[in-house]
Amino acid sequence: MPETAAWQAQDTFPRLLLEHARVRGGKAAMREKHLGIWQTWSWGEVAERAGALACGLAELGLRRGDNVAIIGDNRPNLYMAMLAVQCLGGVPVPLYQDAVADEMKFVLQDASIRFALVEDQEQVDKLLEIREQLPALEHIAYDDPRGMRHYAQPFLHDIEALLAVGRVRQQDHPDFLGEEIDKGGSDDVSVMLYTSGTTGKPKGVCLTHRAFISAAQGGVEFDRLGPDDEVLSYLPMAWVGDHLFSLAQATVAGFAINCPESGETVMNDLREIGPTYYFAPPRVFENLLTQVTIRMEDASPLKRRLFDYFMAVARRCGADILDGKPVGAGDRLRYALGNVLVYGPLKNVLGMSRIRVAYTAGAAIGPDLFRFYRSIGINLKQLYGQTETCAYVCLQPDGEIKFDSVGKPAPGVEVKIADNGEILVRGPNLLKEYYKRPDATAEALDGEGYFLTGDAGFFDEDGHLKIIDRAKDVGKLGNGAMFAPNYIENKLKFFPYVKEAVAFGHQREHVCAFINIDIGAVGNWAERRGIAYSGYADLAGKAEVGELIRQCVEQVNQQLVAEGMLADSQVHRFLVLHKELDPDDDELTRTRKVRRNFVADKYRVLIDALYSGLDSQYIETLVRFEDGRTGKVAADLRIHDAKTFAAERLAA
Amino acid sequence: MSGRKIGEVILDLQNISLRFGGVKALTDISFDVREHEIRAIIGPNGAGKSSMLNVINGVYHPQEGKIFWRGQERRKMEPHEAAQQNIARTFQNIALFKGMSVLDNIMTGRITKMRANFIEHALWFGRARREELEHRRRVEEVIDFLEIQHIRKTPVGRLPYGLQKRVELGRALAAEPAMLLLDEPMAGMNVEEKQDMCRFILDVNDQFGTTIVLIEHDMGVVMDISDRVVVLDYGKKIGDGVPDEVKNNEDVIRAYLGAGH
Repeated sequence: MPETAAWQAQDTFPRLLLEHARVRGGKAAMREKHLGIWQTWSWGEVAERAGALACGLAELGLRRGDNVAIIGDNRPNLYMAMLAVQCLGGVPVPLYQDAVADEMKFVLQDASIRFALVEDQEQVDKLLEIREQLPALEHIAYDDPRGMRHYAQPFLHDIEALLAVGRVRQQDHPDFLGEEIDKGGSDDVSVMLYTSGTTGKPKGVCLTHRAFISAAQGGVEFDRLGPDDEVLSYLPMAWVGDHLFSLAQATVAGFAINCPESGETVMNDLREIGPTYYFAPPRVFENLLTQVTIRMEDASPLKRRLFDYFMAVARRCGADILDGKPVGAGDRLRYALGNVLVYGPLKNVLGMSRIRVAYTAGAAIGPDLFRFYRSIGINLKQLYGQTETCAYVCLQPDGEIKFDSVGKPAPGVEVKIADNGEILVRGPNLLKEYYKRPDATAEALDGEGYFLTGDAGFFDEDGHLKIIDRAKDVGKLGNGAMFAPNYIENKLKFFPYVKEAVAFGHQREHVCAFINIDIGAVGNWAERRGIAYSGYADLAGKAEVGELIRQCVEQVNQQLVAEGMLADSQVHRFLVLHKELDPDDDELTRTRKVRRNFVADKYRVLIDALYSGLDSQYIETLVRFEDGRTGKVAADLRIHDAKTFAAERLAA
Repeated sequence: MSGRKIGEVILDLQNISLRFGGVKALTDISFDVREHEIRAIIGPNGAGKSSMLNVINGVYHPQEGKIFWRGQERRKMEPHEAAQQNIARTFQNIALFKGMSVLDNIMTGRITKMRANFIEHALWFGRARREELEHRRRVEEVIDFLEIQHIRKTPVGRLPYGLQKRVELGRALAAEPAMLLLDEPMAGMNVEEKQDMCRFILDVNDQFGTTIVLIEHDMGVVMDISDRVVVLDYGKKIGDGVPDEVKNNEDVIRAYLGAGH
């Protein structure tokens, strides 16, 4: 295959870029919707612009080894900026674009950022706000000039102006860019991604060209991706998943990155682009299903019956048909009919008609959720990895899908289980080091070069890896039974009404939980029952909502009791929180994982109330609004008891 | 920091009086509007603010007084003539086509710019086709400017109030007006929606240099964004000047606090 030649010969991203520009210069590399029309940049144009931008940055004084902050939504210009920085041997450091200035400060200081390439006025304002505390910061370039007319600071640059400067420099020094690219080596750091910091301060994970190219190449070969594939890039650029699935794999395989028009138009853009390759955390799949469920509940009775009937057919045989397993002729016929009437139109609405491969990772996915997508014919698979491993450790091979495993070790990666159950990984895809943190690097890599993932898991009889929980989160109940909070929470979160759950039980006699309702799903449910509510806190406090959630909890208890070893983890008591857990209040990380200890500390009174048998508890909570102001919400929370089930002990 | 320069008087109203039968709506009111400025008209309920806007717009014809538009005395004229003179407006009660999409609603703002004839439009041929592409581009710029890409194809009737107001502003902007009349652009909005609307009004004024005349009840907003304020009460002008002057004007304080009544 001529496609494979590119990555075999080229060992850095800038060289791959030049190769694509040479081989398929006219083919689409990036797209973005602007003024309602999809604009396209070909590989040739991307290479030209990235090169010109690199020269412009060199003119400003960017040096080999400099860290360059990239802040903004997914925009072609920012992806090109990453490539431009790599051309000069600099290291792009993408930051979460929705973080407030204060949160960005740590990373900007830690990485001694001299240059920042940002999306718009909003990001520029944030940087100006903390500029006093960033002595290293010299230049800021912005992509969108809107609102920037009156900023006269000499260190602010329009990216287009930098391109113009760069093009002049290129004419004067035609060999400069090529020489700079030649100086780059595959063991240079290609990107630095900060861990979201579930615990402690974020750490900068230094990943080399070799690591990301090997991870991208493995994935591309594994799923036979090629230059004709399309991906929608809408997840934060600072997340390893986006870097792998958008920039790294696209630059290895030569397929096109599509950027949405704005954060709110993703669903529409998805439908218009019809990507063939798709990546989303479980939360996104969950939200899509919740929307489908809500809309079906509002549909006419005929449509609802049609939907229910064919979804039952899909549940029975859809996944097997996708896996190529034998299925009876009657079911095949019914499934084909369902495909015309229900699954096809549904996939079209979801923008998933053309998907060949879809992945999910970042958190465990509910089995029913997973089955739903597979049963309507979407080849959704799971993978496992973390920032330190380029998000590339295990992949589910086609036809070998198990909802409760993350698949087999990916090509080129060794996985082994330590004695304490922790998963260890070795391969070319590992991090080079944590930036300026030799202590943390030494802790994370053992003597044999294995990376300690911090996750607990085991291999099943078919060689598939199963993740139980974070190794340090797995605790024990008072009676010594295993307590895996994530496992319970994920079961709860599968209900469309439950947005977030936090389970407690380590060294306690039984398990209790906090529940966050999903305002969309529960609100709709309440409306249909004529239950009036004034807002989130009010809705969460309704007795009917408590009853609804109790039914969910009891169903989970029923499932847990069937799983033998987790029967003791049934949720005895729970409460519905009066506010949504929010990254702005530090309760979730920016990737929306619960910060367990922080939440436990902040709501200590509630936990005490759960375990002391009280019926209700008053609480006041400080909340931070999006504009940085703070306010207080107070509520009297009712505590509910849930029915638990006796484990049926099987005779040994 | 503002880069716009306030220019010459663009609209001059001299001794305007308007009566409906025996009811005096406006009595002997004079004020002017300069190019590129934001000019607010405030006053208690029934003070004659909307009547004033309707006079500027050509909906009402004052019995007495003169109106000068760009130095020319204006004859009695109809609203569509005002539109052709590049004066656009929004309404106190939203006046959009509820069943049509946001895009189509904003497109109607381009109507005065369309030159092709009926046959050409019907066949989407020749001039009509070229024009429509150009109009669509302009409308898309407005959509981008107001950050409403995600509701481009949504029927207006399904949108929340704050967004409908924004769409109405979009329709007025699509006409590329020299002067924009806003009748209570922030009525019934929550704090966040008001902030957004303020930002858009300031941006319109700053980026396109549009002269803006607005009626508003929220004094905080008026004092923050206006260059000059005229105050009406019972159809009479009781104050005129920059926000700080108006704020300290005895008559204005009395009219608002009701002292002396």
